[in-house]
Order: sequence, then structure tokens, then C-alpha cells
Amino acid sequence: MTKRNWWLPGSLSLFAILLLTTGPIAALLLQSREHDLGALLNDSYLVHIIWFSFYQALLSTLLSLLLAIPLAQALSRRRFIGRTLLLRLFGLSLVLPVILVVFGIVTVHGRQGWVNQLLQAVGLESVGYLYGLAGILLAHIFFNMPLAARILLQAIESIPASQWRIANQLGFNGWQLFLRLEWPVMRSALPALASMIFMLCFTSFATVMALGGGPKSTTLEVAIYQAIRFDFDLPYAGMLALLQLLFCASFLLLQYRFTSRSTAIQLSNLGLIARPDRQQLSLRLWDTLVLILCLALFLPPLLAIISSGLNPKLIAALSSAQLWHATRTSLLIASGAALLSMLFTVSLLITSRHLRLQLQRRRSAALMEAIGSIILVLPAVVLSTGLFIMLRNVADVFTLGPILVLLVNALMALPYGLRALQAPMERVSRQHHKLCESLGINGWARIKQVEWPLLRKSMALTFALAMMLSLGDLSAIALFGSQSLQTLPWLLYQQLGNYQLTEASATALVLLMLSLGLFMLIEGVLGGKDAATN
Amino acid sequence: MYKLLPLLMLLVAGSAFAKQETLTIYTYSSFASDWGPGPAIKQAFEAECDCQLKFVALDDGVSILNRLRLEGKHSKADVILGLDDSLLAAAKATDLLAEHQQTLPALSVPNGWSDSVFLPYDYGYFAFIYNAEKLKNPPHSFAELLERPELTILYQDPRTSTPGQGLMLWVQKLYGEQAPSVWQNLAQRTVAVTKGWSESYGMFLKGEADLVLSYTSSPAYHISAEQQHQYQAANFSEGHYLQVEVAAVLKTSSQPQLARQFMAFMLTPAFQQHVASGNWMYPVIDTPLPDSFAELTLPEQALSFSTEQVSKQRSQWLRAWRNAVIR
Repeated sequence: MTKRNWWLPGSLSLFAILLLTTGPIAALLLQSREHDLGALLNDSYLVHIIWFSFYQALLSTLLSLLLAIPLAQALSRRRFIGRTLLLRLFGLSLVLPVILVVFGIVTVHGRQGWVNQLLQAVGLESVGYLYGLAGILLAHIFFNMPLAARILLQAIESIPASQWRIANQLGFNGWQLFLRLEWPVMRSALPALASMIFMLCFTSFATVMALGGGPKSTTLEVAIYQAIRFDFDLPYAGMLALLQLLFCASFLLLQYRFTSRSTAIQLSNLGLIARPDRQQLSLRLWDTLVLILCLALFLPPLLAIISSGLNPKLIAALSSAQLWHATRTSLLIASGAALLSMLFTVSLLITSRHLRLQLQRRRSAALMEAIGSIILVLPAVVLSTGLFIMLRNVADVFTLGPILVLLVNALMALPYGLRALQAPMERVSRQHHKLCESLGINGWARIKQVEWPLLRKSMALTFALAMMLSLGDLSAIALFGSQSLQTLPWLLYQQLGNYQLTEASATALVLLMLSLGLFMLIEGVLGGKDAATN
Repeated sequence: MYKLLPLLMLLVAGSAFAKQETLTIYTYSSFASDWGPGPAIKQAFEAECDCQLKFVALDDGVSILNRLRLEGKHSKADVILGLDDSLLAAAKATDLLAEHQQTLPALSVPNGWSDSVFLPYDYGYFAFIYNAEKLKNPPHSFAELLERPELTILYQDPRTSTPGQGLMLWVQKLYGEQAPSVWQNLAQRTVAVTKGWSESYGMFLKGEADLVLSYTSSPAYHISAEQQHQYQAANFSEGHYLQVEVAAVLKTSSQPQLARQFMAFMLTPAFQQHVASGNWMYPVIDTPLPDSFAELTLPEQALSFSTEQVSKQRSQWLRAWRNAVIR
């Protein structure tokens, strides 16, 4: 990049991002105007789905946190074999494709699942609780409890050793320790954590689609999709999408307030904390109970995905052409989306970093990066719906399907990429910009000799993360997918819906292998740091 | 050069293959599946048309119409197969369908047939199917079904599936204004509302519910293919709702000639012989039925609405269903 053109990459990227987001929003606005607003107030279905969206998200958040708090305590008190592995797995849960976990949950909790097999083995009636609110909660707890426990554990471990020593001298019991030491640090982390979990659950799509079972447990996010694909009611879909956008924007504002207030959590690797309450018998029992309960929720679905790979009929299912076609499509779309996302991210950051460091325009730089993250308020279903409505009369949206899915996925990965690359890119510039200037290393030479060698590791990780996110996408593909455009999550969703469990096992196994491979790349290279969650 | 020869041959063969014209048909998944009538019909038609027939399988009947509306003029379909008589007006309103231009032979469709766009290819009556080995005392009327809360049911989403829509019309026909309370009654014992027929029937066979919404002719499948007689249709004294399944040609088809050839083919024995023993419905021309059909009960009364009535009130009835089941 020559010196004069510093503004070019960022502006181009910003222009593209704005075009791709405001276009669909405008299309939604135009479309929803056709909807009769008076009828809305009398629409008991709409009232119900909004209520249900809030209700399930609130319950999911509460339950996840209520389990995560004692779990984090137990993890800080106990050292056991597999603890490190468990914490790694906790990191995995956030980036695993949702539909893959749904498959695991169906295998464990479904009508023919492990729980019912166990009940029948001891002579009890089988129970059906999976479809509806219970299933949604099970999946949401699976995803969010580990995440919350990890963050709360970090909070506990940030308590200085001196405080533990004082507490020790004062002879605090477990409850007093919780009140005086743990709760204050947890409390500062909780609002941001709760609002993040709430937002994730509020916009959750794949879980509710697969486990919702009927209009009774439908959320706004799924209702948007259904309005298009079930009823072909575009004005209604547009109106629902705008409503969802409004909700998400307000949550994000709230979250922003919370995060700016709470203190940043510092990682302090103390190793074993000398907690005075470690030896108490009652707490030992309590911790064992908590660990057993949480692991009983968390581990079986994971095991189910792997153990279904031991199915003897699997070889036949693995040789299905459909499966490998879907794998190819998934890989093509995911790598395309990751490349595009990287292109947007890096271009944006080149310009914003120049603004910040060389021109001292910190506010403009921050604004640019914030606009890049605007996508956070736009759930994938809303963005896809907007694109769908915008392009419908211009072109065949199903022929454009692969490109649209790729675009949506690339945009969705953008905020993560910006966060992951912003600091490394700025560091390189801080350390080497002056030297490059004085030596006259510019343009291509600078990229090749200075930037690329220093940044390639971070870039590879960002790329892998973006690919992983795209590999798990169900929202965009649900809208644009068809018989000729099938990705692995879409195939898995359909196989689950048709109760083709053997075929689903094969698809799940391939998807798991791909995701695990990428995850190990991310975690392995960063050597155990929280690459995936940060 | 010799090394390149196989490659060249492949190229020539490939282009010859590509030249063969393809007729694309949107249908529902149980029609196109391996155990449905699709494969045999594909083979029979390809033998006489020198073309390729491609089925695109969608969830269920209503999904075909929704898909068509989504794709609009850009649709890749030449023919749609699997809508039913109650969707005629809604489908015509899309302005995407052409006239079939066929002279109709004498059709054995109840109430006759005289539509210029849609051709019927089979018909049947909606019914709840039960397993007589498990359910010794099946309900004998819709009213009895409603009075026995212990009976669990499976049915299909009326927004995506023609049987689901059929149940909606059936309830509407029998109960009119009281339909919402009937839906709430049924919601109490509904195991699942599935997107398509295949899913709910599969769940029923695994023993997930006492009754599943299907057709009076469904037991014929179990008798013919599996020699099992325990699956039976509950005979309701109020009568059963009639469904006529239809197909039509698209205006935008790039193969109008082939599409019309397929329309004519649908009403020949080559197609119709697969209707009874593949789709397990009644054929529309005089065709010998499998022995298993002799064991079936025919409803005493066939219920139906006029197409106009359905198209006028369909969305209102759908909303009533949706609002009732969320309570």
C-alpha cells in the first residue's frame, strides 16, 4: 500500500459492508410498509412468539448462570484428572455447529434416546420431553453454561492470593468466602455475561428450528423464516425482521453499557489457589454433586456424536454421494466466506490503524471499526431475509444461493475478525512503522517483508475461526438452500427431520471432524489461550 | 494421442448425454423417494420420451406452491406435481401456470373433473391410521376422537403439507366456527406437527402416537408390501375429506412440448398403474387395483369445499389454527 492511498482499502471495504447491510434493511422497510399495522395489535400469534422469545431466552440465561456459578466454584476448588481437558471442551462448545449439538441432544434425549433406553432397561415408562421448551433449554444450557463457567472461573482466579490468605487467617467458611471474595468479582462479570447469553438465546435459530416442534414454541427468529418459506408472506416477514432488528439493537446498547461499566477481567495464572475451604467435607460433597449434574448435561451429547460414529451401518452411509457433495459445498462456501471476511477485515484495519497511529484520529478509527461490527445487531436470518426480498424481483435467488450464503457468512464473521486482528495489526505498525519509513520500505515490499511474517499466524487463526463459523451456519442456508445447494448443517437438519438417524450419524461425524480439525488448529497454535472465546 | 483417446471419447459421450433434454418436476418427497412411485414413473416416461426426467423433492404438497411463489418467473420447474384440489385457486393466482391443452378421457374422479390448468392423477380420503394390535378400541367418529383425551395423534403442518391442510379443512367442514376449540382439544394430545407426511408417518410406525393423519388407502401398503394387517384406517361416521392430487405445466417452462407429453402420459395406464401400488391412492382412470385394496373401507360420505371457498378463507382458517395451537 502506498502512503497516499491509505484511505482506499478501508473505504472500499466500509462501502461494501454498508451496501450489504443497508440494502437489505431498506428492502425490509419498504416491504413491511405494506403490512397492515392495525392488524398487528390484534395478532395474538405475534404477541405469543415475542413473549416466547423473551421467555425462553430469560429461562436459558437464568438456568445457565445458576449452574455456572457453583460449577465455577467447584472447578476452582477441585483438581481432578481431566480438568484441563474439560476446560478445553468448554471452549469447544461455543464454536461447535449448533445443529451438530442438536443431533447429539436428540440421540441422548429423544424418544429412542439414551435416557429412554435407560428408563426402559429399569422397567420404567419412556418419556417424551425433547420437543418444545425443554429441548430448547437443554441445548441452550449446553452452549452457555460452559462459557459462563469459564468466564466466572477466570473471575475467581483473579482474586489476589493475599486476599485468600487473609480469609484463611480469619477462618472464613465456604459461604463467607462466597459472599466476601467470590461474589464481588463475579458480580462485576455477570451483567455483561448475562446480556451476552440472553442475546445468543434470543436470536438462536438452529436449536429452535430443530427442537421447537410447532407454532407453540417458535421464536421471532424462526417465525421470520417460516413467514417466507411456509406462508410466502413477505410483508409479514419484513415486519418481523424489523422487529427483531429493533430488539437486537436495544440489547446491544444495553450490553454496551454493562461492559463499559464492569471492570476488565485479568487472567492471573496462580495455579492452585490456597483456598481455605478445599478440605471441608460438606463442600466436597456439594462440589461432587454440582460436577456430576453439570457433566450429565454437558458430556452425553458430545459422546453421542462420537459414539454414533461406531454404528456398523455407518460405512454405507459414509459412501453416500450426497454427503460428499454437501461436504464439498460446505468447504467451498466456508473458505470463500473466510477469505472474503479476511479481505474486509484487513482492508478496514489498514485504514483505521493509519487513522489512529499516523494521523492521531482515534475517534474516526474507532468509528470505522464500530461500523464494521454493526453486523452484530443484524441476525443472519434478518440479513438473509433482507437480501432475499431485495434480490427477488431482480434475479433468481436460488441460483444466487451459494453466493448469498457466502456473503452472509462472511459478514457474520466480520466482528470476530476485527477483534482478533485489530491488536496484532496495530502492534506491528507501532513497532515497525518508523523503521519502514526511514528505510523506505513501502507497498508490496513492506507487506512481504514486514507485515506478513509477523501477522500470518494471527491471520491463519482468524481465517480458521471464520471458516468454522461459516461451516456451522444454518440460518442463511435455511433460506437459500435447496436440493441443489446443500451444506453439511442443512443436510443434517433435513436428515434429523426425516428421522434418518444412520445417515445423520455419518453427516454429523464428517461435520464434527471438520470442526474439530479447525478448532485444534486454533487452540493448538495459540497454545491453550482463549483464542476461541476472545 | 492414444493417451488422449479415452478422454476424447468421454467428452463426446458427455456432450451427447448433455444434449438429451431434461424435464424438471417439483414434487413432494414421498412421491420421489425410492419407495414411492417416482422411480418407476421416471423409468416408464424416459423410455418413451427420449429425455431425462428429474424430480426435485420438496417437503410436502403446499411447499411446492410456496416454492413456486418464492421463485416466481425464475423457477426451474417445468411441471409441478402434488398440489391438491383445494389449492387450485391459490396456484392459479400466481399467474405462473399454463393450460394443459389435453382432451380429457373419462375420469373416475369423485364429483368429476373439468379444469383447464390442472390435471388430476390420483385421489384419496384423509383418515387417521392406527395399529389394531396396540389400539383395540379405535374411535368411530371425529366426535369420539375429541372425547377421548388419552388418544395421542400425529399430524402435519397445514402451512406446508396437503394432508395437514386436509385435516384443517375437515375440521372446518365439521365444526365451522367451533374449529378453534377443536384445535385446542387436539393440541392437548398432539405428539408432533411435522412439516411433511413422511416424517409423521415414520414417527407413527415407530410407535410414537396412537393415530396418524394419512389416507384411508394407507393400510393397503402394509398389506401388499409387508403382509401386515394391523394398520387400519379409523372409519369416522361423519365422513372423510376428499383429496384430488393434481399436476400442471409452468408458463416459463423451457420444455413445453415435453411437459405436455408428460401431462398426457399421466392419464395412461403406464403412469396410473403405479398410483395404487406406489403412492397408495386411487387411480383416476379405470385401472386394476391390487388385492389389498379390497380390504379397505370406503368412507360413507366424501366431504369437500369448493375451490373458491377454500381460496377465500384459507389464510383465515390457517390463522385460526395457528392462534389456537399456541394457547
